[in-house]
Amino acid sequence: MRPKELGTLFLTFSKVGVMTFGGGYAMLPILQREVVESKGWATEEELTDYYAVGQCTPGIIAVNTATFVGQKLAGVAGGIVATLGVVFPSLVIITVIAALLSNFAEVAAVQHAFAGIRVCVCVLIINAVVKLWKKTVVDLPTLLIFLAVLALSLFTSLSPVIYVLCSAAAGVLIKNLGARK
Amino acid sequence: MIYLQLFWEFFKTGLFAIGGGMATIPFLREIGTRTGWFTEAALANMLAVAESTPGPMGINMATYVGYTCAGIPGGLVATLGEITPSIIVILIIAAFLQAFRKNKYVEQVFYGMRPASTALIAAAGIGVLQICMLRSDARWPGNALWELVDLKSLLLLAVVWVLTNVVKQTKGWHPLAFIVFSAVVGIVFQF
Repeated sequence: MRPKELGTLFLTFSKVGVMTFGGGYAMLPILQREVVESKGWATEEELTDYYAVGQCTPGIIAVNTATFVGQKLAGVAGGIVATLGVVFPSLVIITVIAALLSNFAEVAAVQHAFAGIRVCVCVLIINAVVKLWKKTVVDLPTLLIFLAVLALSLFTSLSPVIYVLCSAAAGVLIKNLGARK
Repeated sequence: MIYLQLFWEFFKTGLFAIGGGMATIPFLREIGTRTGWFTEAALANMLAVAESTPGPMGINMATYVGYTCAGIPGGLVATLGEITPSIIVILIIAAFLQAFRKNKYVEQVFYGMRPASTALIAAAGIGVLQICMLRSDARWPGNALWELVDLKSLLLLAVVWVLTNVVKQTKGWHPLAFIVFSAVVGIVFQF
């Protein structure tokens, strides 16, 4: 891939980074918009794959997802460039705040603004989940997996790794048992 | 050599914390108590800032903790240390997936994993929803049911939902527009 395209990759992921308010999940609606809808670099299904793998592998989910998309587009260099892109805004913003405004989080206006933003992020995540749902819950077995994992993660505190691994096993089992009939 | 040591500590955090930014917190706490670079109270303050600034929370945390330990180069080195294991592991998995994308078993694995992944994201959304909507100062059955819910937040939730799903003119807007709108509403109406 040419330097210009790597530049686009870096800038796009910097944009994603700066518009993410919260954890890796808050990044999902922004990724859908910038990477799936605007650029067409990945599909909704691929994003869910990346999140699933990102849950069970080391590190921050936002970083894992950026590396995945970058690698798909431009190999090893792409993976590294996209990841540096998503990290870049944090480096600048946090350094400035740490140096100049260490009581930033206590400012009343910041607290009010973020209380509002959290509500908005909820709606954006719900909308993102509805989009993913249409692509990933495609039949009865996938509906059962969705409901089981949702209920278990709401009412128990087991690691997500277990759910992802069990669902992967269930996928293979269901498909092979179904084929034998 | 503090930078080398910092890189190594965050490399370990990035390697062993599985499941996202929140999973790194216990590791960061352990670094603080073992090295004396920062206190537990400082860590709590850093978490508050990391959650109220743009950027994924886990990366914000790494930069802030690194900065606290060793200034601007510290923030840079800590962040690079934390993301290096992810990059290596994901690059290997991604290369493997590219080679085996069309494999029957890989397809079956993803067939099962996708609805689980969607459910985990939904559960995370519901978690944030609880924090926003339920008032921390009200309890059931002590208070009436409608007193448990933060009405201002509920109203904003409804407005943003309608704007992003129903109103034709605003449905296609960039998510950032709604984030800015909600921040302004939060400040004006004292959320």
